Amino acid sequence: MIELKDLTKTYGDTTVVDAVSFTVEAGEICVIVGTSGSGKTTLMRMINRLVEPTSGQVLIDGEDTRKVAPFELRRRIGYAIQGHGLFPHRTVGQNIGTVPGLLNWEKERTRKRVDELMRLFQLDPDQFRDRLPSELSGGQQQRVGVARALAAEPNILLMDEPFGALDPVIRAKAQDDLLGIQRKFKTTIVLVTHDMEEAIHLGTRIAVMDAGQLLQYATPEEIIANPATDFVAELIGGDRPFRLLSLDRVADHVEQGEAEGTPIEARLSLREAYAECLWSGREALPVVDNGKTIGRISRAELARKAARPQ
Amino acid sequence: MKIGLVIRLIVLALLIAFLISPETFRFAFAPLVTGNQPVIYNQGSLLEITINHLMIVAIAVAAATALAVGLAILVTRPFGAEFLPLSRSLANIGQTFPPVAVLALAVPILGFGTAPTLVALFLYGLLPIFENTLTGLTNLPGAVTEAARGMGMTGRQRLLRVELPLAFPVILAGVRLSTVISLATATIGSTVAARTLGEVIIAGLLSNNTSFVLQGGLIVGVLAVLIYDALSALERFLARRTGQSRRAAA
Amino acid sequence: MSVAEAEGGKRSSFLAFDKLGVLIALIIVAGALMPFTIFRANRIVLGEGRSLIEALDPVMTLVLCAVLIAGFVVALWRVDTRAKLVVGFMVLAVLAINVGLSADYLTPEENNFSRISPGAGFWLLTFAFALMVADALTRLRFKAWTRLGILAAVAAAVAVLLWSGTLDNLSILREYATRADAFWQEARMHLLLAFGAVAIAILVGVPLGIFCYRTPSVRAAILNVLNIVQTIPSIALFGLLIAPLAWVALHVPGARAIGISGIGTAPALVALFFYSLLPIVANTVVGLQSVPEAANDAAKGMGMTDRQRLWAVELPLAFPVILTGIRIVLVQDIGLATIAALIGGGGFGVFVFQGIGQTAMDLVLLGAVPTVALAFAAAVVLDAIVEMVSTPERPK
Repeated sequence: MIELKDLTKTYGDTTVVDAVSFTVEAGEICVIVGTSGSGKTTLMRMINRLVEPTSGQVLIDGEDTRKVAPFELRRRIGYAIQGHGLFPHRTVGQNIGTVPGLLNWEKERTRKRVDELMRLFQLDPDQFRDRLPSELSGGQQQRVGVARALAAEPNILLMDEPFGALDPVIRAKAQDDLLGIQRKFKTTIVLVTHDMEEAIHLGTRIAVMDAGQLLQYATPEEIIANPATDFVAELIGGDRPFRLLSLDRVADHVEQGEAEGTPIEARLSLREAYAECLWSGREALPVVDNGKTIGRISRAELARKAARPQ
Repeated sequence: MKIGLVIRLIVLALLIAFLISPETFRFAFAPLVTGNQPVIYNQGSLLEITINHLMIVAIAVAAATALAVGLAILVTRPFGAEFLPLSRSLANIGQTFPPVAVLALAVPILGFGTAPTLVALFLYGLLPIFENTLTGLTNLPGAVTEAARGMGMTGRQRLLRVELPLAFPVILAGVRLSTVISLATATIGSTVAARTLGEVIIAGLLSNNTSFVLQGGLIVGVLAVLIYDALSALERFLARRTGQSRRAAA
Repeated sequence: MSVAEAEGGKRSSFLAFDKLGVLIALIIVAGALMPFTIFRANRIVLGEGRSLIEALDPVMTLVLCAVLIAGFVVALWRVDTRAKLVVGFMVLAVLAINVGLSADYLTPEENNFSRISPGAGFWLLTFAFALMVADALTRLRFKAWTRLGILAAVAAAVAVLLWSGTLDNLSILREYATRADAFWQEARMHLLLAFGAVAIAILVGVPLGIFCYRTPSVRAAILNVLNIVQTIPSIALFGLLIAPLAWVALHVPGARAIGISGIGTAPALVALFFYSLLPIVANTVVGLQSVPEAANDAAKGMGMTDRQRLWAVELPLAFPVILTGIRIVLVQDIGLATIAALIGGGGFGVFVFQGIGQTAMDLVLLGAVPTVALAFAAAVVLDAIVEMVSTPERPK
């Protein structure tokens, strides 16, 4: 659990982060979203004291972070950044093993952990362990960056625009991988992004920052349904209703009945179902789950949900 | 690349052969002398003088490297940050000092012989190494240093494990520059009685013996080219090893 | 970046110590304790140091000490950078005047043999305040014209100081007095060698650079040869040119008449020219390569011929880089021209090597100080010009 209390950072006369307080529960993904210059990155960097707060405090599992030396604190918190920041002179294996090395893990334990993480991120250890980062693709480098951040089994992972350098096709895959790994390790993640879509996709809760202020801290559903300010609404964008559709799964809105044509998978979002209806010009789509037809979903119902978000 | 290596090895072999047994090469230099001038330098062993020359350069460059890298590290730490702009301009100003002037000005303090030469080479060698170390340490990729900090490396660990290894090829380029300048400048040291290959050249100048001048000049030139190439090759190797060949090539 | 953070965080409280100031203050203290001037009964014997108190009459000692203490305080505390600059220059001027006064004070009546030269104390004090000035100048980041103005002012101040006769009793000027004619003759020769070699190198090097740029197949070969030329020690290159030039003087009709001979100016000029080629050729190639593709395309699209494109687009855009090469070469040649004296080529090196031969260090200084000053001035002037020609490209 991470508690931010009245966290403030000023540089001279400029207040970059202004008395921000919120709590991230253990095992949640908190996405801090905002435009550039909103103070979102500074806010996150105060958690591992890469930036020292001017005032306020950060508690991790109830303990004040100021009681720990910064470098010791940082070794307990995973940290992944945009452009991965891999050490170009060290192999993939050495990169991932950096923090275990700093913590003086035994060689064997580090090696096992590195191999485990590499397999988890779909990088064959024997093939990639001794390569240099420059020999990897962008997507692979990004995965190594996240694997390195997770190497010392941190409870908390901080991520600064981790997918920013990836092209959109790989980005979606990388986001899904992250969700999978987060579910596996139950890591608490604080992630900074300027991309509201990413925030909605990944966040358990979203913290919207603007000009150093915290505008809203709530679940994605709540933010889309009841944006606290016009600015938040604007960040969500004009297709707000459709964003809401993308939050729900087809499985939760299946009606009894039948429909013609290619079926849609129950695990997909309502938004995809609606798009399919409009695209193929059908009034309803059959819904399948594990290859078995379990009912249908109608265009009327989808339009009603899109028009009147609860 | 392979042919280049063979040529260099042949040149190196010729140089060593010449140093061990200069008389064997009498035929090559004989046309350069008139009357009964000696063909091969006869006031000392060329091998010994060459080794002495190399020793002076090696000591000066090693000392310059130690101090210059140390200073560059100091001014790039938070503690020494105040000195960074000044040290940059001092390095710039220092470069305008002619090596002869540095040598001449060292004599009043240190007297004649090897000492003023060592000091002049040392002072003159500082600048390229300092400049390059500074460049190497201040132009590190931002994401990498940020990641190192974020992972909880202490300042010392960042310096030793990340910053210096990454800056190393650039630092080495500075050392290479220094070495080549020092190899040539050391010859001037013989005007203040240091035992370097300049002695051979000056003896030639004084007795109007082109053969001597050529022997001295040739040995220094060949040494400089070989050492330059060897250090360049080492740099390229290290740059590849550290996965940043593009940075080092620039 | 940690450095940037640290810089931003400091410089807050007014009465805090300046780290560099502490260093300068320590040097000032050391300088004040060391001999200010050195007295020698004649020009060859070993000297005896004269401390601040012994070196000047009591009134001037008090004045100098007061000025030094003021300078010490200004160095140590954080005051406005401009104030540091002005105080630094003033203390340097006072030091220069006082070292001259000390020579007057210490020279016995009617004694032409004694020599008074600046001592370690003077040099350390000068170094300390020069550091202060250099730091202030670095931090103030003056524009090119301002820097040139400061250089001119300093040169004028030095000229006035020399002309006024304040320093006449200093040993280095005693050496000058006995060979004033030779000094100016060698000065002319030094300038001729350095500037002449650079001029010829520009005339040959820029076209050669353009040729290399246009003909990639020979580029590497030419640059490699020039690179190797740079590794030949200067005294050897000077020496090696003696023989071929002597041959030319002997066998080419009229060559002797225009001053070509085996020893003297000709081989020195040729050697300096060879050393100058690489930086000029290399920078011309780099400059031309850095011309934006778009500018070249636009020029081609407008129907310019290769020649028109070269004059109207490529050379103007490459000019700052070529000028940087010229700066490197000029500073280097001013220094290297000292070596020409070894083969009878003249220049300030004559005094340096004579001085080394006679173990007369004042004579060495007579050659070395103008060389350093000349090289330094050339660097400042050309840096300023490079900056002036580079800025118009950027948005004003």
